[in-house]
Amino acid sequence: MYVVIAGGGKVGWNLARELIEKGHEVTLVEQDRRRYLIIEEELEHAVQYGDATELWVLERAGIQRADLVIAVTGDDEDNILICQMAKEKYLCDRTIARVNNPRNLQHFELLGIRSSVSATDLILRLIEHEVPQYGLVHLLDLPAERLEIIEIEVTPGAPAASQRVSDVEIPEGSLIISVLRNGEGFVPKAETVIEAGDEVLLVLDPGLEEDITRQFAPDGARLA
Amino acid sequence: MIVGAGRVGSSVAKRALADGHEVSVLDEDPLSHERLDANQPTSWEDAGGRFTVGTALEIDALLEAGIEQADTFIASTNGDNTNLVIAQIARRRFGVDRVIARVLDPARAAWYREQGLETICPTQYAISEFEQALAGGGR
Repeated sequence: MYVVIAGGGKVGWNLARELIEKGHEVTLVEQDRRRYLIIEEELEHAVQYGDATELWVLERAGIQRADLVIAVTGDDEDNILICQMAKEKYLCDRTIARVNNPRNLQHFELLGIRSSVSATDLILRLIEHEVPQYGLVHLLDLPAERLEIIEIEVTPGAPAASQRVSDVEIPEGSLIISVLRNGEGFVPKAETVIEAGDEVLLVLDPGLEEDITRQFAPDGARLA
Repeated sequence: MIVGAGRVGSSVAKRALADGHEVSVLDEDPLSHERLDANQPTSWEDAGGRFTVGTALEIDALLEAGIEQADTFIASTNGDNTNLVIAQIARRRFGVDRVIARVLDPARAAWYREQGLETICPTQYAISEFEQALAGGGR
């Protein structure tokens, strides 16, 4: 796979290193001359000096034949434009963008850049995962495929507590795929009884979170 | 509505106001307000202009500056990429009729123009001026 990475900060440099180790061909583009010279000592010809929002710099990096373009500069506008040009001008299907300010995520989506990663969001999710009173935790969101996997801890007295899986009233478009109990996960059967304190994993269509929360953790919903 | 009140943005804003348009200016630097007042008989507000301090990418700032009422949106901050992004936001999210972005890089200006976004490239004007000056030189 040929990968073009824009931005040689900690994220970009380490990504380049990892991808090269895995046998991929990589070109990293860094616009700060001093930073470029430091990286060049290690990555040699795999790093180029230039502003990755300039078309000739992208073309020199070989964006026309890139299988994947990753924009991880510290500037959200730059990351948006790099991915937009990669997709629309150079017809590269796969782009990944870093979102520095989570409030800018809406702009990425508006301009059609779907695969975007926000460190702040990732850390928030880890916090949700570690702090169970948040109720419902998003484990995986695939908005393009309209699919989510969530985890929710069953609160005592919730409608689903002490119910058999087949009797739990979950909305159409959702499915219980796994139960974590006492640190062990298993795939439940129709007659498995859900207990308070279980962590239940569900796959669902987006937008069903409220119905799910009402069944499994009506109290957790208030806290979140 | 004009985002970015540098030399270009503030001049265009003053001219538009003098021509009888309603003008709202958004800039992240409160000091840029002084450019709007400079060499004017009254302050910008007294002359009927609006000024909002805020960052162009913040939706709240755009709303406060009145983007929903705008007929024309001019992106003239000092960042090409900022201008290209907010111009697209103005068009796609707020449906502003006419959107113009200042883009210093001729290549990006040309490509986005091909995509249907109105861009103005000062660098291209400078290149043409120099070329004309050189062609007419030697006299």
